Amino acid sequence: MIFTEKRQGDFMSSVIETKDLNLWYGKHHALMDINMAVPKNQITALIGPSGCGKSTFLRTLNRMNDQIEGVRIEGEISLRGENIKNLDANVLRSRVGMVFQKANPFPMSIYDNIAYGPRILGVHKKKELDEIVETSLKQAAIWDECKDRLKTSALGMSGGQQQRLCIARALAVKPEVLLLDESTSALDPVSTSKIEDLLLELKKKYTIIMVTHNMQQAARIADRTAFFLLGELIEYDNTEKIFSHPADKRTEDYITGRFG
Amino acid sequence: MDGTVTLQKSRLKKQKSVENIFKTIFLIFGMFSIAFVIFISIFLIISGVPAITKIGFFKFMFGTKWASTAAKPSFGILPFILTSVYGTCGALLVSVPVGIFCAVYLAKMAPGPVAAAVREAVDLLAAIPSVVYGLFGMIIIVPSVRKLFNLPDGANLFSATVVLAIMVLPSIISESETALRAVPKEYEEGSLALGATYTETVFKVSLPAARSGVLTSVILGTGRAIGEAMAVMMVAGNVANMPGIFKSVRFLTTAVASEMSYSSGLQRQALFSIALVLFFFIIMINVVLRKLTSKGEVK
Repeated sequence: MIFTEKRQGDFMSSVIETKDLNLWYGKHHALMDINMAVPKNQITALIGPSGCGKSTFLRTLNRMNDQIEGVRIEGEISLRGENIKNLDANVLRSRVGMVFQKANPFPMSIYDNIAYGPRILGVHKKKELDEIVETSLKQAAIWDECKDRLKTSALGMSGGQQQRLCIARALAVKPEVLLLDESTSALDPVSTSKIEDLLLELKKKYTIIMVTHNMQQAARIADRTAFFLLGELIEYDNTEKIFSHPADKRTEDYITGRFG
Repeated sequence: MDGTVTLQKSRLKKQKSVENIFKTIFLIFGMFSIAFVIFISIFLIISGVPAITKIGFFKFMFGTKWASTAAKPSFGILPFILTSVYGTCGALLVSVPVGIFCAVYLAKMAPGPVAAAVREAVDLLAAIPSVVYGLFGMIIIVPSVRKLFNLPDGANLFSATVVLAIMVLPSIISESETALRAVPKEYEEGSLALGATYTETVFKVSLPAARSGVLTSVILGTGRAIGEAMAVMMVAGNVANMPGIFKSVRFLTTAVASEMSYSSGLQRQALFSIALVLFFFIIMINVVLRKLTSKGEVK
């Protein structure tokens, strides 16, 4: 505990910390000794070539890998100093929200999509739900586009709208951390830039960790960037530093497009 | 160069004619099934309508007394209609919840080998001939019902409903399971990521998403239950009573089957009319099914 507090002092205040995190899929060693502290109210981008472990790392933070058979995890992940192994997976996931690569609204109305999480957590009063739905949609900057059709199916929205709906849905349970797994990779540039603006706004209230294949995106909006390669965390620093003076040759090769 | 072009042209021509021959063959075979449906419809209407007009539509459909061989015969088929409706509804009352839960278990919860074994059993259940269900009902269910409820005879609507419930189960299970398996994994991940437990996810996201497939399974089950003759004939007691849970009853199907061999005249015609009514029920079920599935496709 003392140790954690000391570390928190080092990095402003970190929300998530991993210590010697290792993960195996069966025999495949997918994450090796990851030590990382994610600072509060910042956007942290995880970059690296396909299969480097960045998505695996992200999904370990809210224990989505628990679902997969044959996964073995060693090391420690703490959320505000609390080991996430000691939390119920569903409690953890309501504190660490996630938005996926492909927008995945449930086949229900827009309203019910947003109200789903709060209902799971036991909010059933219509007035409260109405309020949560409105604030969540406003936070995700999509309220104006859908306030008149809250009762229509979410599947009728465009791809970009669906993804912002998914962000709103994640916000509705009031998480502390928001994980985004390549959440703009399937979207057109206009929708992408809308979501980027949104994330810059959201970081005032939430801590955001995003996996991205798009290095310009990391450079544009991330405060800190982590470069993963073959399961290792090669370099983790301020975004500016990573993109202008990377300390590691491999980072430089990757961001200058020599491989990846 | 010119040679290759003509060669290609003649090859193309040949291909085209072969193509046309096959198209015609497929068309003919395709027509077969339609032809049968049309023939059966025409046959049933021609042979079923006269009795209805002779007896009178309301007297036939809503008459509560069936006494086809009495000195003063009476041809009311309401007892059969109600028996078929009650028996089917009763069977569904049991097999829908049981079937859906079983499908959820198979599709979402059972570990691989267990699911495979249960699925095998369900498929086998579907393949058992209905006369075997009838035998099982006669030997196990009818005596058990008699003892359990202290009745003079166990062959009644209740026993028939139990047998139907078992028979309907496989169609509901396998169809619902397929629908549940087709639910995109993304939906479930989305729900889990919001802090829902796996059980909550299955019941609040997967099952609603599979709604149209599950409904289809129920309709298919309804069709099977209402059209079943052999098994219920062996366990329902086969008396043309107005239905009561522990009364011997006759279904629409068994009414036709049990008298056909010795019927004549108006009695025989009335049996055809019963078949026509049954046919109408089946068509209605199919219409509903069509409506539901097309709705599911549009989303």
